Amino acid sequence: MNEIINNGSDWLPVVFIGLMGLAVLAYAVLDGYDLGVGILLPMGEQDEPERDTMIASIGPFWDANETWLVLAVGILLIAFPSAHSLILMHLYIPVALMLVGLIMRGVAFDFRAKAAVDHKLTWDRTFKIGSLITTLTQGYMLGQYVMGFDYSVSSLLFCLLSALGVTAAYSYIGATWLVLKTEGELQTRVIRWARRAGRAALLGVISVSIINPLVNPGVFDRWFNYPLVMFVLLIPAICFLGFIFNDILLKRLPKDNDRHSALPFFITTIIFTLCFSGIGFSFYPYIVPGELTIWEAASARNSLQFILVGALIVIPLILLYTAFSYHVFRGKATQLDYH
Amino acid sequence: MLDTLLLSRIQFAANISFHILFPTITIALCWILVFFKLRFDFTSDPVWMRAYRFWVKVFALTFALGVVSGITMSFQFGTNWPGYMETVGNIAGPLLGYEVLTAFFLEATFLGIMLFGIKRVPSKVHTFSALMVAIGTTLSAFWILALNSWMQTPTGHEMRDGVAHAVSWMEIIFNPSFPYRLTHMLLASGLTAAFFVCGISAYRILKGDPKLAPRLALKTGLIVAAILAPIQAFVGDAHGLNTFKYQPQKIAAMEGVWETEDGAPLLLFAIPNEETRSNDFAIGIPKLASLILTHKPDGKILGLNEFPNDHPPVAPMFFGFRIMVGMGVLMLITAWTGCYFLYRKKTLPTAYLKWLVVMTFAGWVATLAGWYVTEIGRQPWLVTGILRTADAVTPIAPKNVALSLALYLTTYAVLMWAYIHTLKRMALKAVTVEEFETAEPRAHGNLPNVPKAKVDTSGGVA
Repeated sequence: MNEIINNGSDWLPVVFIGLMGLAVLAYAVLDGYDLGVGILLPMGEQDEPERDTMIASIGPFWDANETWLVLAVGILLIAFPSAHSLILMHLYIPVALMLVGLIMRGVAFDFRAKAAVDHKLTWDRTFKIGSLITTLTQGYMLGQYVMGFDYSVSSLLFCLLSALGVTAAYSYIGATWLVLKTEGELQTRVIRWARRAGRAALLGVISVSIINPLVNPGVFDRWFNYPLVMFVLLIPAICFLGFIFNDILLKRLPKDNDRHSALPFFITTIIFTLCFSGIGFSFYPYIVPGELTIWEAASARNSLQFILVGALIVIPLILLYTAFSYHVFRGKATQLDYH
Repeated sequence: MLDTLLLSRIQFAANISFHILFPTITIALCWILVFFKLRFDFTSDPVWMRAYRFWVKVFALTFALGVVSGITMSFQFGTNWPGYMETVGNIAGPLLGYEVLTAFFLEATFLGIMLFGIKRVPSKVHTFSALMVAIGTTLSAFWILALNSWMQTPTGHEMRDGVAHAVSWMEIIFNPSFPYRLTHMLLASGLTAAFFVCGISAYRILKGDPKLAPRLALKTGLIVAAILAPIQAFVGDAHGLNTFKYQPQKIAAMEGVWETEDGAPLLLFAIPNEETRSNDFAIGIPKLASLILTHKPDGKILGLNEFPNDHPPVAPMFFGFRIMVGMGVLMLITAWTGCYFLYRKKTLPTAYLKWLVVMTFAGWVATLAGWYVTEIGRQPWLVTGILRTADAVTPIAPKNVALSLALYLTTYAVLMWAYIHTLKRMALKAVTVEEFETAEPRAHGNLPNVPKAKVDTSGGVA
């Protein structure tokens, strides 16, 4: 597949792993908040107006958010086809489960607004369960990826931890998104959820960051390599501070005139970015940890060049109209004005 | 126990068949919505807005099903067909990539504004958003059909060490069967959406909806279908001639021609028998197949026996093709009859409206039958002459594939039930509830030949 085998000087695979990283990060943040909102849905009968508002806050965005997953998998498929096959074959069953989860929540979103009133609660449950299946399987897959696709008991325990951690992280960013998009009593509620989810996510991040270098010697050497260690340890340090600061800030919300209600979401985004760079830093240039580097897995130059031209023209446009869409739907989520 | 190859093929067929149903509606339905919205912008007649408001909800639901069933597809290549990307990834990858970049984001982002932004942006921006979604869905069809057509009739590449490398992207995209397949599919989408709109509108009218909007939508659908159906017959014929030139074994299977013949008959009915390599109970019109395919009554048609072990299974091709053509003819007759009623009698009889309800999903039947013919017709190749289906399949254990297949089939069965059930709910709700609170619609004067609304009868037939 690759014309230049093991040639670390070729820059195209580096560009594509960068693009893929961006797509995965955009997915984790953007679909992250709408998955989080799904997980947080309160299921009490009296909570229906809250559910409506919460779902209204993600209504115009979820579809485009999910497209980042298609782009990320697409880039993996286009630029690193052998890694795509290898990873997805290892993760066959969790991928199938995740897709069913994504299907459940995607359709529940539309059905809940249009189905008979007595079915609405069922679809809301489907939405919540679908979101949970999606985040749990994604966390499990992240765990398997870090563990190098190992099925021993200890590694499965780690995957379980990772599944819970990722679910907590998605709830965290979902709750902070809601802090930004809601007001009144619901806002007070989501602030409480955000603090709880933040603490759970912090626990998850800490345990994953401790276990990962311990089980992967390569990762340990990468991080604890003097003098680089002084610099790279800034990543977990800032991440930790972010969690603490956010917790203190959330405790003081809501403030008068809704000041600083957008801040928790942005801090969470920074935390996501840092965690993600940490994972990227641990494994680069391997695309399948310990097995396959980005140069070994890359497609033919000609194909990469062809798609790169398009990507460089189209991605700025995508960012532009995405920004436009967020601008149009700025402000607090109101009742879903369907059409 | 079935083997991984067969299970993977069933799974892929199930996924893609379920998926294609929804884009087939949304590609053209979005253009119909743009038309409704533009008519509203130009005439300010609220009835167009009412038609738009009902159909945009149906569109949103259908689109969501298309999106979620489509995400499954992007994972399938890696999970079940690793040999596919390993052999032709250099070609397939960029084409899929361009689909995501130019189509998926465009439609997904502007869909948000189209659905929820009507009060937040100026009307022109809203119309523009609908237009962007329509362009997005059509671009999506463009790229995926370019790839599919390349798999049928590959050009513009060279093989190095068993791996396809691109030589000319223009030749790859505009490969010999692409223009025909794209046009054929876009027209199929137009017909499917038109009958879908007609069927649901007729259902509303039959249930006593006195409003003008469903009648307007029904009229729009009928006219679109009446125009597209004959064009489709013409394009389908051209597509057939193209296939005859590049994939003769596919045509031989479609027509049930075993031995090479000069002046082959057009078989109206037969049961192809793979054992005896001949047809049982064949009834045909002499020389007509040769006349259609070669434009000469004694033209030569290559038989399946010219392609030993290298032709598709005959029976599904033979019947699939006849189902597609049969549905096409039925749609043509239905649409023209409807237009005749509208222009001559200014009204549609109840029996005809009931027939339209029966025909709501006629486009699905024809489209699926057509896709089965073209995809089964590619077998035993995954990419004609380059990669056999059996060589591309995953080494995963059959029980894993069986499990995922069972998961998908269950999900699809539930979703299909929910989709049809919800469509029915929405149509029934629209009978009594006004979609949009505005002033009374104007007199029908400026909307000629709309089936007449009878407010006073519960039968409500036009």
